[in-house]
Amino acid sequence: MSIMVLAIDDSRTIRSMVRQALAAAGFSCELAEDGVEGVRRFEELRPDVVITDINMPHMDGFGVIEAIRKDVANRRIPILVLTTETATEFKTRARDAGATGWIGKPFDDQALVQVIRRVTGAS
Amino acid sequence: MASNESFRNLFFEEAEDLLASLSDDLVRLNAGTSDNEIVHSIFRAVHSIKGSAGAFALDELVGFAHRYETVLDEVRSDRLELTPDLFRVVQRSADHLAVLVEAARTEQCTDRVVTDAALAALDACLGSNAADTAASSTEESDAPEQAPILDAPLFDFPALSLDIGDLMSASPQSYDICFRPHPALYENSHEPAFLISHLAELGTLEAEVDLSALPHWSAPEIVQPALSWNLRLATEAGREAIEEVFEFVDGLCDLTIDAKDDDMPEQNTQDGAASMSMADTTTALLDAAPPLLQADIDMTEAAAASKMPDAPRPTLRVDLDRIERLFNAVGELIINQSMIAQRVDDLQLTHDADMTVHVESYRLLARDIQEAVMAIRAQPVKPLFQRMSRIVREAADGTDKQAQLVMIGEGTEVDKTVIERLADPLTHMIRNSVDHGLETPEMRSANGKDPVGTIWLSAAHRSGSVVITIRDDGAGLDRDKVLGVAVKKGLVPADADLSETEIDNLIFLPGFSTASATSLLSGRGVGLDVVRTAVQSLGGRVNIVSRPGKGTEFTIALPLTLAVLDGMLISVGNISMLVPISAVLETIRPMAGEVQPVGPNEQLLSIRGRFVPVIDLAANLGIARAIDADAPMLLLLVETEARGTCALLVDRVHDQRQVVIKGLESNYGHVPGVSAATVLGDGQIALILDPDAIVEQTHGAGQRAVSPT
Amino acid sequence: MQNAADHSGEVEFVIFTSGGQSFSLDIRHVREIRGQSAVTPLPHAPEEVLGVTNLRGAVIPVFDLARCFALGVTADSERNVIVIAMNGTQTIGLLVQSVSEIVSFPRADIQDAPDMLGGSAQSHISGLVPLQEGMSRVIDLPSLIQRRMPVPA
Repeated sequence: MSIMVLAIDDSRTIRSMVRQALAAAGFSCELAEDGVEGVRRFEELRPDVVITDINMPHMDGFGVIEAIRKDVANRRIPILVLTTETATEFKTRARDAGATGWIGKPFDDQALVQVIRRVTGAS
Repeated sequence: MASNESFRNLFFEEAEDLLASLSDDLVRLNAGTSDNEIVHSIFRAVHSIKGSAGAFALDELVGFAHRYETVLDEVRSDRLELTPDLFRVVQRSADHLAVLVEAARTEQCTDRVVTDAALAALDACLGSNAADTAASSTEESDAPEQAPILDAPLFDFPALSLDIGDLMSASPQSYDICFRPHPALYENSHEPAFLISHLAELGTLEAEVDLSALPHWSAPEIVQPALSWNLRLATEAGREAIEEVFEFVDGLCDLTIDAKDDDMPEQNTQDGAASMSMADTTTALLDAAPPLLQADIDMTEAAAASKMPDAPRPTLRVDLDRIERLFNAVGELIINQSMIAQRVDDLQLTHDADMTVHVESYRLLARDIQEAVMAIRAQPVKPLFQRMSRIVREAADGTDKQAQLVMIGEGTEVDKTVIERLADPLTHMIRNSVDHGLETPEMRSANGKDPVGTIWLSAAHRSGSVVITIRDDGAGLDRDKVLGVAVKKGLVPADADLSETEIDNLIFLPGFSTASATSLLSGRGVGLDVVRTAVQSLGGRVNIVSRPGKGTEFTIALPLTLAVLDGMLISVGNISMLVPISAVLETIRPMAGEVQPVGPNEQLLSIRGRFVPVIDLAANLGIARAIDADAPMLLLLVETEARGTCALLVDRVHDQRQVVIKGLESNYGHVPGVSAATVLGDGQIALILDPDAIVEQTHGAGQRAVSPT
Repeated sequence: MQNAADHSGEVEFVIFTSGGQSFSLDIRHVREIRGQSAVTPLPHAPEEVLGVTNLRGAVIPVFDLARCFALGVTADSERNVIVIAMNGTQTIGLLVQSVSEIVSFPRADIQDAPDMLGGSAQSHISGLVPLQEGMSRVIDLPSLIQRRMPVPA
């Protein structure tokens, strides 16, 4: 079974790029366009990893993390934040909200895959 | 990478959408319906463009978007008040962002000076506020390395480096690492086992769990937060590589990293993060509370927003090629339908009414499908109109005038190709309206007008065509001046007796330009004749109505689609052809004496006291006529833009019908006097004539002989 | 077609007759062969351009191959066929007297057209292939069509 990643981002471009990077690494990838859809897709798909943008309409990335983390059963699912934000303050906030890790935009395909491997223990 | 290009295209497509929504939001803000959600939405659009642009190394764009976003962030956080002046800057910045996106798309150089000026304008808004904000954001952060937001270089966030080689320091070094996870570490779904195995990749790792209760660190189900590990790592990678392994759990555990051979066990206090107590974590959690609350509010607002009437409708993006294919197939269906109808008609199945009914339902069904397919290509003119509001601002700036654009009917849908090809003429006309239509604010005030001129841009469907009007409340045309210029340039004889409308229409003539001094804007060597030509090439017409002192109104009437055409089926010799109905005025069978030869090669038709030139289509197209030269003439009176009314001599006029336009260009090329072709009900091809081109051709070559052969 | 670097393998040709002579066209250019259908003349076209015809909804030009090679006019006949050929993205029709066969030749058997050929033959024939009853002229389709296309508007 390949690892299933749910990527939530309001940018079509970023979604496509994430999908391609993940597909190339053999992960299966599902997409959502905003936080609300992301949480809905999460419930539907029960992915192995979630990658979420922060600035999104309807529900931002923090909202997504919060909604997923609310259920104790989801605590073992890593959530990665994909963001242009670079401030330490921001990372602290993401971490405190329950993010497992973060990836800077623009992202490097290899780095993205590496981070997923790192938080899932996948080789 | 091959797919890079497609990502790039995707990015520009998306950026276009984002700019459109940005523009929309600005209008909503402008209209005074300002609320924070709009500012949020503007921020997101800019942020999103910045985020994706980074992937394509569009540095200037990213840099500008970043600064723009910073200002917007200040506004949305209520740290900066949206004064009219600031609104202006926000609006101009949106314009400049669009310019940068376009420049990036077309890979053209931008004027760095302009960007610098735009950046300076943004900085000026931050002004004294900038210092405060920078200070406050530094305060909030306990990280000394964090630069104030405003000056932060872009993407100082190190992309996670993979090249272990980079991280290697010269010689191997042993580290004692004490790792004690907090409960929060597990809550963020970190696995100590993963971290430790990742650490093991850096070198030789000895691990020891300091609770004997647990047999081995690699046991998968670690739920006891009380566990901790004492690790010894021998590695050539430096301390930074180790810290990087723990990057994500920074603050979620107690961590000490001691270089073993050092004299003193060095507590890592480099950024105060590698070692963090439980108490700190608690504080951090408390700090996190307001943002989470904020998230809740966002959700409520989002729920409210989704009920708003202008919430975007769900759409589906489809490759244009697929639509083209569908389009062609439907064209075939229509042709096939007319063939069957014609065949059934020929059979004269009067006794079989059933068949006739079926054929009729087939016809209706086929038309329905055709209309539905055409609707797919139809797009609202809104993005085009939005671009025009930018043009108005630019033009007003360039001419020291004040202008506002009012859009009406921007939801009107028109074929995508028509919209695309309308952009240039419309831009030109809008510039023209600001430049030549509107008066200076002083003149307007002196005449008791609002110093801010208004331009109304409207779109509406009217009987199978779309009508776009550009109206201004400026001075209107100075007819004496227009006539004077036209006479001076030899466009009309000095003694010409022209009606007001005719005078107004002189401005469309090639070589006419009213600007006594070419302004910055319109001095681009293009006159309104170019606009007229562009509109005509779309099968449309442009008209002008001017009222002195009150303003000028241009009206462009266009076909809804370029895919079908209403035409008059005629024949010359045994060849069938179509003349666009938009050009046809009437058919005439002239009485004896109404057509008179003029010189050796020309004939004129006398109609209602006027003389119009007669053009022999057969001669013009090089076709042998089927009808005896002595037979009564059949003339099709057509309206041409260049030569006014002309009469085309044809052999037969059949009927009026709607046909699917088929290009000749892709498999052959341009045929003089012919704009396209279509397939008739019997499968035969009929050419679609371009009356203007035919008239021009005849005129250019000198009238050809009306040869009876 | 005359790829000097690759003389291995075989090339398939459609062999047909036009103006009493044998011509051949690389089968990769040939899309289909149809009976003669109604052609609508185009104004101001060169004489070898018969006009346009309807190929399943697409409007394609039809050339009289004989006239392209100055071999006179292809007379109307029941046997006449139109070879539908693709040149890049362009689809065109070639009116010929008849299509005889499809023959496969080793690449090495294709001979260069002698330099002594003049006029249209020189420019539109890329080589010669041997047939039992003589030889067939390999048509250089891009060259044949290019000169006859109007300049794009």
